[in-house]
Amino acid sequence: MVDDSSASPALAVRDLTKTFESRSGTVTALDRVSLTVPRGEIHGIVGRSGAGKSTLIRCLTGLERPTSGEVVVAGEDITVLRGDQLRAARRRFGVVYQHANLLDSRTAADNVALPLEIAGWEKARIDARVTELLDLVGLSDRARNHPGQLSGGQQQRVGIARALAADPEILLCDEPTSALDAATTGSILGLLRELRDRLGITVVIITHEPSVVREVCDAVTLLGDGAVIEQGRLGALISDPSNRLHRELIPLVEPAADGLTRLQVALGHPDATVGTIDGILALLRREGIESDVAAATVETIAGRRVGRLLVELADPSQVASAHKVLDGANLHPEVAA
Amino acid sequence: MRTEAEWLDNPVITEGLPVALAETLAMTVGSAAITALLGVVVGVLLHNSSPGGIAPRPGLNRVLGGVVNLGRSLPFLILMIAIIPFTRFVAGTTVGWRAMIVPLTIGAVPFFARLVETSLREVSSGKVEAATMMGATRWDVTRKVLLPEALPGIVAGLTTTVIALIGYSAMAGAVGGGGLGATAMSYGYNRFQTDVMIAAVVLLVVVVQLVQVTGDRVARAVDHR
Repeated sequence: MVDDSSASPALAVRDLTKTFESRSGTVTALDRVSLTVPRGEIHGIVGRSGAGKSTLIRCLTGLERPTSGEVVVAGEDITVLRGDQLRAARRRFGVVYQHANLLDSRTAADNVALPLEIAGWEKARIDARVTELLDLVGLSDRARNHPGQLSGGQQQRVGIARALAADPEILLCDEPTSALDAATTGSILGLLRELRDRLGITVVIITHEPSVVREVCDAVTLLGDGAVIEQGRLGALISDPSNRLHRELIPLVEPAADGLTRLQVALGHPDATVGTIDGILALLRREGIESDVAAATVETIAGRRVGRLLVELADPSQVASAHKVLDGANLHPEVAA
Repeated sequence: MRTEAEWLDNPVITEGLPVALAETLAMTVGSAAITALLGVVVGVLLHNSSPGGIAPRPGLNRVLGGVVNLGRSLPFLILMIAIIPFTRFVAGTTVGWRAMIVPLTIGAVPFFARLVETSLREVSSGKVEAATMMGATRWDVTRKVLLPEALPGIVAGLTTTVIALIGYSAMAGAVGGGGLGATAMSYGYNRFQTDVMIAAVVLLVVVVQLVQVTGDRVARAVDHR
């Protein structure tokens, strides 16, 4: 991964705003959204449906003109471009879609060739490039198959090869795994990570799936109601229990509402003096508080062990003192009734 | 009514019908070829200029749609008579199978154009968007995405159109156009030669069946979904 902040970023979005006029008044789909993606980074844009993800991707690629703001790709603001210039700027993006959007009338190889035909490459060069790309995504033996003869995961691999064909600077993935099962999702995400590592390409992934962010993203932007709610490096965001993304990405199985008093603590915060479940239980025991784990989620994300833990106290009257002990260790305890 | 043995002796059947069949086929093939070409062009214009198309032109779309609707609302018999002056201008005559290609084509183009438009509309917008994001021009999108993806539907539409043309050609034959329709009308109906009528009908049924089977095969062959 290249993290050279002195070089110009691959993608810079500045104060992007998009409003629509509707009968009931003005709807703000995007509200001063800004984000910067350095070269070679995998940046996740997450949010629920209606958060503005689709509008953002349409503005990024010039399919929709923003009301105000800039989208700077390789130093060029593409929001002001038209015609041939806009078409040329679009080739800086390779787009991967949720439903691959392959042409049924073409074989896998001819689908990968399409962007090159449009870019006006010569036949011999196209053939060589297509062979290379299908090899890159592991589908050399499927070159002559039509999309209908390929599985969902294979179609998405063809989609990725097609997106990479004309050497884009940014691979823009719009919900690339939302239509795939868990195992296939894993292999597609693995492929995206591998491509970034091998080609140094910048990847922007738009998704509503926390697992995608957990597995491949270096940095994240959380959108809500068209505005940026949280933004930053995944490692920093994930270990901060006050962060909205923390809860989105580390979901905790909620125990039954049985009236028992429990304390929720965060694992992996950089300031915490205790970083393991054992350590937390031992810390409480040392203070004369007997406890057990009611529920826990522990993951290694961005190289850091993070998680959430629900601690059940043997004696509910000790809640206050337990809270104090955990707070002293910077574990951000919360009473969960 | 003649006996079976006399069927083959009737010169209308042995000599007249093969010629009539050839005329019907010539009329149909000639008008179908021109219709295929013009219909695809008009269909693409209708689709691309529509509000959701890749080159919205509301004015052009309304005018074109109006002309197409006008063409489709006229019964073929009336259209054929109404455009006699135009037919004479183009073909130099208004009788015979060659002249009939003019009204047949004019009658079929609006019909086929609508079928083409419907097929194009069924191409998912995601595919068009994907090509647009590759920097495709509208011409690229039409040629490389819309038409190839809509091809199975267009072939099925052309099959339907050709069969309609065969029906129209029989009608054209009744008013001086030649072909199986003319033979069935003048011998089978006006001269009460039931055998001629039956033979003409059987030939028409066979031709229509062959067109349908062939059309279905071609549509399947180009459909990779």
